[in-house]
Amino acid sequence: MSKHQDSLPGPDDITRVTIPNGITILARANFSSPSVVIGGHLACGSLFDTDEKSGLADFTSLSLMRGTETRDFQQIFDALESAGAALSVGAGAHNTGFSGRSLSEDLPLLLGLLADVLRHPTFPAEQIERLRAQFLSSLAQRAQDTAEVASITFDQIVFKGHPYSRPEDGWPETIRAIQRDDLAAFHRQYYGARGMVIAVVGAIEPKTAVEQVVEILGDWSNAEQVELPDLPPLRPLKKVVTRKVKIQGKSQSDLIVGAAGPHRKDPDYIADTLGNSALGQFGLGGRIGNVVREKSGLAYYASSTLNAGIGPGSWAVSAGVNPANVQKAQKLIIDEIERFVEDGVTSEELEDSQSNFIGRMPLSLESNSGVANALLNIERYDLGLDYFRRYPEMVRAVTPEQVLAAARKYLDPQRLAIAIAGP
Amino acid sequence: MKKNYSEHTLHNGLKILLREIHTAPLISSWVWYRVGSRDEPSGRTGISHWVEHMQFKGTPRFPATSLDRDISRDGGIWNAFTFMDWTTYLETMPADKMDLGLRLEADRMTNSLFDEKEVASERTVVMSEREGNENEPLFLLGEAVQQAAFRVHPYHHEIIGDMVDLKSMSREDLYQHYRTYYIPNNAIIAVAGDFKTSEMLARLRELFEPIPAGPVPPRLDRPEPAPAGEHRLTVEGPGETSYLDISYHAPAGNDPDFYAISVLDSLLAGASGLNIFGGGGLSNKTSRLYRALVEKELAVGLGGTVLTTVDPYLYSFNITVHPERTPEQVLKAFDDEVKRIQDAPVQAEEVSRAIKQARALFAYQSENITSQASWLGHAEMFASYDWFLTFLDKLAGVTPLDIQKAAQKYLRVQNRVVGTYIPNGMEAQA
Repeated sequence: MSKHQDSLPGPDDITRVTIPNGITILARANFSSPSVVIGGHLACGSLFDTDEKSGLADFTSLSLMRGTETRDFQQIFDALESAGAALSVGAGAHNTGFSGRSLSEDLPLLLGLLADVLRHPTFPAEQIERLRAQFLSSLAQRAQDTAEVASITFDQIVFKGHPYSRPEDGWPETIRAIQRDDLAAFHRQYYGARGMVIAVVGAIEPKTAVEQVVEILGDWSNAEQVELPDLPPLRPLKKVVTRKVKIQGKSQSDLIVGAAGPHRKDPDYIADTLGNSALGQFGLGGRIGNVVREKSGLAYYASSTLNAGIGPGSWAVSAGVNPANVQKAQKLIIDEIERFVEDGVTSEELEDSQSNFIGRMPLSLESNSGVANALLNIERYDLGLDYFRRYPEMVRAVTPEQVLAAARKYLDPQRLAIAIAGP
Repeated sequence: MKKNYSEHTLHNGLKILLREIHTAPLISSWVWYRVGSRDEPSGRTGISHWVEHMQFKGTPRFPATSLDRDISRDGGIWNAFTFMDWTTYLETMPADKMDLGLRLEADRMTNSLFDEKEVASERTVVMSEREGNENEPLFLLGEAVQQAAFRVHPYHHEIIGDMVDLKSMSREDLYQHYRTYYIPNNAIIAVAGDFKTSEMLARLRELFEPIPAGPVPPRLDRPEPAPAGEHRLTVEGPGETSYLDISYHAPAGNDPDFYAISVLDSLLAGASGLNIFGGGGLSNKTSRLYRALVEKELAVGLGGTVLTTVDPYLYSFNITVHPERTPEQVLKAFDDEVKRIQDAPVQAEEVSRAIKQARALFAYQSENITSQASWLGHAEMFASYDWFLTFLDKLAGVTPLDIQKAAQKYLRVQNRVVGTYIPNGMEAQA
C-alpha cells in the first residue's frame, strides 16, 4: 500500500485569496482526472423574501441562466452542453449558491458563463413565464411528495415565526405573485461581489485558477448591495406539537420527529454530530435504524439527521412507513429519543462513531466536489485551513458526557415537533 | 491502448479483474452475480432483490450487527444493487482496511444464515420499500409500460417484485435462490484502487478459491417476440401532473447498434452517464426534444434512458406534461421530432458534440475509485471490460447515417408502448 500522508486538505495545499472587491477565492489542485469543479455562493438568499413573495430569491437565481445582455437561453446552454460542462444556481436562506463542472480545458468557458449570468442577467419576459410554469409544476409535484411535505411541515412547526419556516421555493400563490421586475430588482439590490466565495478544485494549478477568477470577476462591484438582515430569535417549542397533512391515494406516509438544533459554529457541534450518528446514522441507521427497520421491519428508511448552518439548525428523526404503522413508528422513535436524552450513548457507541468519522475522511474528500464542499464549509464557518488536519483530534476528544449534554440541550421529549404526510 | 488491468480465473471458476489506481488511499471491491429479476418466474417476483437484503443479515462468522459495525468503524461504505440481469455487492474502504470487505464477501458467498425471524422482518421492510416506490407516479407508470412491453421475456416485472409475491414467498424459497445462484462460477470480483496486483490476487485466491463451484444455473431464455403494433395504456393516480412514458424496444448493451442509440439519445434527450448510479448527467436544454417540447411550452421537463442490458430492453422517454397542455398534444410534437431525425441525417457537428459530452462524463466518473471499480465488473455482465475501455472510440466511429438508420429501425410506432399517467385531481389538503 502506498502512503498518501498529505491527501487531506491543509494550509500547505489550499490557496485562499481575498481580492479587493470582496470575493474570496479558494483553490486546490487534483490532477488525477482531467476535470475541474467550481462551487460557491453570494451573500444573498431567501432571508430577503417576504411572506407575500416567498420564493423570490430562488426564482431570481433560477432566472439568471435564462438570458444575459450578450447571450440568450439557448446560447448559454449551447456553450455549456457543447463542452460537456454543467452549471446551476439556486438560493438558500443566507446564500445564493452555484456549482459547476467541466473538463479543465474548458474552465475559462465555465467561469465566463458564471460571471455573465451573475452580473448581466436580463430576465427576458417570455423565458420568465416559461420558467414560472415549470416552477409551478414542480410545486404541484412537491405537494404530492410525502417526504417533502413532511419536511416543510416540520420546519413550519419548529421555526414558527422565524424566516426559516418558509420553504425556499415558496408556494404556488407567491410564485404567481412575483413579477418580472421583482426579479430584476432583487438582482440589482442584493447580488454583488461583497461576501462572494468561489472554490475551484481539480486539474488546474491554483495560481491559474485564481488568475482566471480575477479576470472575469475582479472588476465586479455593486454600490447598492444590501447586507443580509439579522436573524430574529427563535422561540423554542413549549410542548409537543403534531401536524398531519393529508395526501390522498398514497401508499406510504412520511414521519418526522425532532426539534431545533445547533448552529454550525456552536462549540458543541462535533459532540452533536457524534450523538446524532449513534442515534440514527451509524451503520444502517444507528439506534433508530436498528429499532424501526431491523427489529420491527416497519420501514425501508429510518434515520436521524442533524442540519446545522449559519442560524439555528434542526435535529430530527425521519422514516417512511405504511400509513397503518405511523403511530407505532412514532412511539418507537419517541422512546428512543427518551432513552437517548436519559442515558446518552455508551462509550462503545461513541467510539464506533468516532472511528467512523475519522476513517471516512479519505472517502468524503476523494472527488473534486467533495473537496470543494469542504473548502466552502471551512470558509463559511471560519473553521481554519488546517481544519481537516485537526479534525481527528477534535473528534477523539469528545466524551460521552459531552454527547449527553448536547442531546439534552436540543432534544426534549416534552417539546417535540411531529410532522406526518400521507393518506 | 495499453492494458491497465489484469484478468484471472480461479479453479472454481470465479473470475477476477484487478486495476491498480493510486490516486487516493482507497480500494473499491465489487462482487457481481449473474442473477436478477429476469431470473424470476411468476410467484417469485422480487426474490433476487429480497435475497440481496438478506445478504446483510449475517453469517455465523459475521453476525448482522458486527458486520455493519466493523465496516462503518473503518470508515468504509458498503451497499448492494439488484438489477434485471445481475446483483452486485460493493465495499469501498481505506486501502489498509480493505481485507475486512474481502473476507466478508468470501464468507457471504456461501454462509449467509437466512434466519427465519430476519426473513419475517425483512419481508415488511421490502414491502415498505415497494410502498415508497408506489408513491411515485413515474414508478406506477413505468411498471405498467414494462409489463406491456414484455409479455414473454422475464424483463416484464419490476425488480422490487409484486406485493402478492412479497407476501407469499418463504424462507426456503429465498434460501434456495441464494444457494442456486451464489456460486463462484456464477460470479465476478472486480477490485480497483491502491494495491499491488500480485498481493491482491494472492489474497483473493486464499479467500475465494476454497469455495466449491456448483452447477451453472440456467437463465430463463424466453426472447420477446417482435411486437405486432403499438400499445397504449393509461395509469390513473393522485396529483395534478400528467406524465408520458414512451418506450421503444431497444438493442442489448453488447449490440453494435448500442453506440448509435447512445448518440441518438444525446441528440434527442441530452447526454447522460452510463454509470449505474445515474450520476454525472448534464443539463439537456439544447437537446432536440427539449427545444421542441419544453421551449414550445408543451412539457415542463423530459429525459431519456437507455440501459446496458444483456437482452434487448427499452429505450424510454419520460416527459412531464405542461399543466396547460394535454398528453396527446405532447405526443404529436414528440412524433414530429422523431420523424425529423428519421427523415434527414444529423449534422456531423452534432455527433462530435455528443462525443465531447461523453468524454467529459467519463472524466467526471474517473474522479472516483468506486465508480471506476464498478465498470470493471459491470461491463463484464453484458459484454466485457473492453467494452468500457473502447466505448469512447466506438462512439467516435458513429456516423450521421448510423444515427438515422438507428432512428428508423428502433423509433417506430409499432415498436413502442405509450403510457400516460392521468392525475385524478385529488389535491393535498393542509
